[in-house]
Amino acid sequence: MKPPSFDYYAPHTLDEALQVLGGAGSNASVLAGGQSLMPMLNMRIARPAIIVDINGIPSLNHLQAGPDMLTVGALVRHADLLRDPGVRGGWPLLAEATAMVAHPAIRNRGTVCGSIAHGDPASEHPGVLTTLDGSVVVAGAAGRREIPAGEFFVTMLTTALEPGEIVVEVRYPRLPAGTGTAFVEFARRLGDFAIVGVAAALTVRDRVCQAARITLVGVGEIPFRARAAEAALDGRRLGPTDSGGAFAAAAREVVAAVDPAEDIHASSSFRRHLAGVLTERALQTALARAGGN
Amino acid sequence: MAKQQVIRLTVNGRSYEKNVAVRQTLADFLRDELHLTGTHLGCEHGVCGACTVLMNGRSVRSCLTLAVQAGGADIVTVEGLGAADGTLNSLQEAFHQHFALQCGYCTPGFLITATELLRENPNPSERVVREALSGNLCRCTGYQAIVDAVLSMAAKQSP
Repeated sequence: MKPPSFDYYAPHTLDEALQVLGGAGSNASVLAGGQSLMPMLNMRIARPAIIVDINGIPSLNHLQAGPDMLTVGALVRHADLLRDPGVRGGWPLLAEATAMVAHPAIRNRGTVCGSIAHGDPASEHPGVLTTLDGSVVVAGAAGRREIPAGEFFVTMLTTALEPGEIVVEVRYPRLPAGTGTAFVEFARRLGDFAIVGVAAALTVRDRVCQAARITLVGVGEIPFRARAAEAALDGRRLGPTDSGGAFAAAAREVVAAVDPAEDIHASSSFRRHLAGVLTERALQTALARAGGN
Repeated sequence: MAKQQVIRLTVNGRSYEKNVAVRQTLADFLRDELHLTGTHLGCEHGVCGACTVLMNGRSVRSCLTLAVQAGGADIVTVEGLGAADGTLNSLQEAFHQHFALQCGYCTPGFLITATELLRENPNPSERVVREALSGNLCRCTGYQAIVDAVLSMAAKQSP
């Protein structure tokens, strides 16, 4: 349970970091918060020849909540996000989900971008990014590119990030006024990886659903955007707290669409059951938070 | 690129300059190089919380932090909580009074985690205490007494 031998680089600029990464190909790992990489090193699941520690690159430590967009740089910790009033006020779904990421000591060190670059199928951040139609900005030797969330997650622990590239920031568009959101998850213990988690956002005007967004984590290899369930809610009339059966119908769409794998934590059928129950709960909470619209 | 690097840091108020292996974790550095064996290693992959220390005032898993990353940092371990003559601080005293340790292996991590909690939130509810301590495992399962000890501090600190 000790990290294998590696060469350690701690550059002070992004260009230096890209230079080292570019020369190393797939033999290098980027170290930011280390809350996913360090366990993999300790367990020797990862054996990179080179570690590029980006903590000394000040330009990656930016957090900006603008009128339309939230930008989260590669060194922003989960705890930084939770302390930011702009995030809590303008991106409540992200704040709610971030509070569910592991435990205080992990949140003090782990980064939002690291969680997204790691691409664990049960983690919260990929689900939120998918729900908000966010994007990932990566830099490489050839320059920068912006990858939509829907194209970033490829399969379990695998993303569209190429060797030699580094995630520099993630972007979250602001949801329209009249939108209520909720992130709910079921885990055996507080702070554990969710067995299933659901992110929901409902935009309601004059008691009619204008747009629904539903994403599940823990039911497949990448976050699952439940498009059929979202479509089932489009244009539906919603009471102040009651959906008149629309949410149950959406939950049935989710249950029909997912085919979760079985593991030591839960059977496939239990996960599918949770997917339906948690979808309905997330939608109910989102509706209540949409307010008097 | 060298596999060794010189770091300067402060641990429990004392300055050190050491040549460390870049792959050495902060936990192993504290235990093996500085002989501060109060920081315990349980799982060595961030799950159990026994190795939690304060780094620049924030709780971190010392098994998931490289020693080289602590260069320039101010570290506080369980040895730095009480007075130099061994007198317990009030939180440690509360753990003693409430029998909040059995085998004691998890205790350093709980003390550090609770120290950060009480600094940020001097009067937490039981729910908040339980949430804050949720990343620390006690294999003797003496959680109730640990929660009681931390809550007793909350009561003391409230007006």
